[in-house]
Amino acid sequence: MLQVKNLTKIYEGGVKALDNVSFEVPKGQFLAVIGLSGSGKSTLLRCINRLIDPTAGQILWDGEDITAASPEEMRRIRRKIGMVFQHFNLVHRSKVITNVLAGRLGYVNPAWSLLNRFPREDLEKAVKQLERVGIADKADHRADELSGGQQQRVGIARALMQDPNMILADEPVASLDPVLAHSIMKHLEEINKTDGVTVLCSLHFLDLVHRYADRVIALNQGQLVFEGHPRDIDDKKFKDIYGRDAERVG
Amino acid sequence: MNNKKSSPWKSIQIGLAVLLGLFIYAYGFDVTKVDLQELRSERRQESLTRVTRTLAQPDIIGYEQEQVIVNAPLYIPCPAADELSNLPKADNARTYLTIEPACANPGETVLVEGFNFPANAGGPIRFVPGNDPANIVELGRESITTDGDGHFTAPFLIPERTSNAPQYIRVTISENIGAPHFTQNAKDTWDKIIETVFMALLATTAGTFLAFPISFLAARNLMKSVRSPLTSAALSVLGWPIGMGLGYYIVNGIGRFSIPLSDNLAVSLVSVILVPIACWFGFRWALPQEEISVPSSSKRLARILVLFVVILLAFYGFFQLAGLASSLSLSMEKGMGAFGFLAAFLYQVSDILRIITPALGALATGGALGSFLGQIGQRAAEKNPAERVKVINFVLGAVAGATVFGLIGWMLEWFYQIGRIEYTFWGPILTGAGLGLLLAGFTKPKDTLPTGMLIYSITRTILNALRSVEALVMAIVFVIAVGIGPFAGMMALGLHTIVSLAKLYSEQVESIMPGPLEAIQATGANRLQTIIYGVIPQIIPPYISYTMYRWDINVRMSTIIGFVGGGGIGFLLQQNINLLNYRAASTQMIAIAIVVASMDYISSVLREKYV
Ligand SMILES: Nc1ncnc2c1ncn2[C@@H]1O[C@H](COP(=O)(O)OP(=O)(O)OP(=O)(O)O)[C@@H](O)[C@H]1O
Ligand SMILES: [Mg+2]
Repeated sequence: MLQVKNLTKIYEGGVKALDNVSFEVPKGQFLAVIGLSGSGKSTLLRCINRLIDPTAGQILWDGEDITAASPEEMRRIRRKIGMVFQHFNLVHRSKVITNVLAGRLGYVNPAWSLLNRFPREDLEKAVKQLERVGIADKADHRADELSGGQQQRVGIARALMQDPNMILADEPVASLDPVLAHSIMKHLEEINKTDGVTVLCSLHFLDLVHRYADRVIALNQGQLVFEGHPRDIDDKKFKDIYGRDAERVG
Repeated sequence: MNNKKSSPWKSIQIGLAVLLGLFIYAYGFDVTKVDLQELRSERRQESLTRVTRTLAQPDIIGYEQEQVIVNAPLYIPCPAADELSNLPKADNARTYLTIEPACANPGETVLVEGFNFPANAGGPIRFVPGNDPANIVELGRESITTDGDGHFTAPFLIPERTSNAPQYIRVTISENIGAPHFTQNAKDTWDKIIETVFMALLATTAGTFLAFPISFLAARNLMKSVRSPLTSAALSVLGWPIGMGLGYYIVNGIGRFSIPLSDNLAVSLVSVILVPIACWFGFRWALPQEEISVPSSSKRLARILVLFVVILLAFYGFFQLAGLASSLSLSMEKGMGAFGFLAAFLYQVSDILRIITPALGALATGGALGSFLGQIGQRAAEKNPAERVKVINFVLGAVAGATVFGLIGWMLEWFYQIGRIEYTFWGPILTGAGLGLLLAGFTKPKDTLPTGMLIYSITRTILNALRSVEALVMAIVFVIAVGIGPFAGMMALGLHTIVSLAKLYSEQVESIMPGPLEAIQATGANRLQTIIYGVIPQIIPPYISYTMYRWDINVRMSTIIGFVGGGGIGFLLQQNINLLNYRAASTQMIAIAIVVASMDYISSVLREKYV
């Protein structure tokens, strides 16, 4: 279970990106995070694995305080949290298989990384993950030779390499076409359902939220403005989340 | 706007600017002594022509020469009529000269004619004063060339040398014999150009290797996130110098123990084989590839101990390797003939190994102790209550400050030999301790300090300072340190390469895409792993391109670094210019041009191919 308590983030310039946000995510839930651009979705997800250090508040994961973890503890926590990005964030000049193997770095002893060595089991595992997302044939291609949809699958395979208990997906389908978007979301759903991995996924399209999410939280200017089931977002709630002038489409 | 109003004012400004410009350039002409009058003067033009012509005839190919020397007598001035017949008769059987007339007054011209000389050859025709055909004193510098039959005629101006006895005119014709061959100068040039190219190669290689890690320390985006609590920073500041001293001491001890052993070939051979194997197993045990659960602290301690032993063993192995290499090279040198340089190389490598092993040991131990104590500090700051951390910080801050300033004081003492302990020891130590206390007082106990940015700024400052010193100037220093020769030049070029490449490299690191870095970090990778898997793949192409660019520069620089004694072709070039030996100098200039142009070409081809 993930518990976020009174989380606040104020950036160096003074922007208050998160304002006293509290919520809980039970184990195995698919949680969607929605909100306008700039509402603080990315900041929230990055605070959870401390890519960004929160200004105040607490994040507890299975009782362990992530916000107070030392660098060494953080390494152990992070390796159980996979992350998927809007722009895939693959290392372009490296091979696909190397990008996938990078998901193992939290486990591999740094001294071995100095020699660019992964254990053999990891290599086998990497091939398996690529098979799982359906691009095993691309293993030896350079990452930037792949299309966007394929790159995002590599991103998911990299997260799966971590044997994650939780996946943070920051707008994983925002740079993909609708068909690809569904296929990527289905991968996440499958991981969520079969492996019991908790998924926190920020999304822009409400139809995706309705289709995939168990629960949804909404941010507006850093504040939590909605928390509940996707079908409970009525017109009034919609205007709360997206502003008075927003029009519902679809 | 007030455009209209300001326009006359603007014209005045422009006028003033033009005037100022004129003034500046006039002054510039004055200080650089621009003087075309000098160029027009006859004397200058003459020597310019002479030098240019000589330069156009580089001293590359030469012949063996044979000289034909013939003397012919004459009287200056004309004696009484009967004495003229006393003039020794020339032997006109083979090569001979005739002079018409056989006597003349100073300032008159006689016609000298030569027969049966080597065909199409040249040489000087000169006056030999005194009554001795063997006299080596010669006057005048006329020169003549013979025709296809070995015949010539030339007017000769009689100098102001009068005598009652006959005097002589001497013709020395030099003839090329045998096949053309490279002159000694050409061979020297070849040797030196090889030296030059390799000087550039070694400097570039060494510079690249060292610039690579330094560039990460000088990259803002990597260093900005490095922060540590005062407790940790102070402890690691203490750990570095202590560790370095300790490491140097220990490794030297190992050296004292193992160098005598390495005289025995069998011992060193066995060590060189067994030590790596033992180290490998030790490392494998102490550093498991992957570990799911957190190891117990007794296991950790055991691992640290094993690692320590393995490292000691490794240094012992280094010394044995050096010993083996040097005894191998000594025995090989005799049997290798032309490849003796390979043995010499092996010997030098072993020597380098012997010299850098203690330095390496010092650095490694310094780093290990620094980071180990740093981690202890980190943990101490996390686990202890704030008040206790505050007290620890006061103590450690004072000690660390005193250490840093004490070291600075020691350095000052070394440079300036002040010799007053209150300035170079107590003063700095007290100041450092005071500053440490202040720092500990003003930081909240659990706050982190921007240690990364501090390292970044120090690295940048050193890089910028060293970069502004020209490689030529560095060469002067190294010539003093290691003597005249290519080694000094290589060191200077190498150092300059390190600092300038580190700067260029770090700018590349700063411009990489942050996304992949973030993704790698999110997997739990530590800083080292993030650099290896997130940064390095992104910077390889610009690194290659900058290295080649630097290679170009180093080849150019190495051609002139000899001017200050740094070895290479510049040394030869400068000598020949100073000796007014322009034909030889011309050979070196051509060699430089060829090398620089071809390196330019090669590197542009490679760059196109790989970048
Ligand atoms: N590194 C930063 N420094 C300063 N301000 C930042 C930084 N990153 C984000 N912000 C600000 O914080 C706020 C929240 O940004 P965030 O990226 O979390 O929004 P978001 O909901 O993910 O938006 P989008 O949908 O466009 O990705 C914005 O106002 C943004 O300008
Ligand atoms: Mg975002």
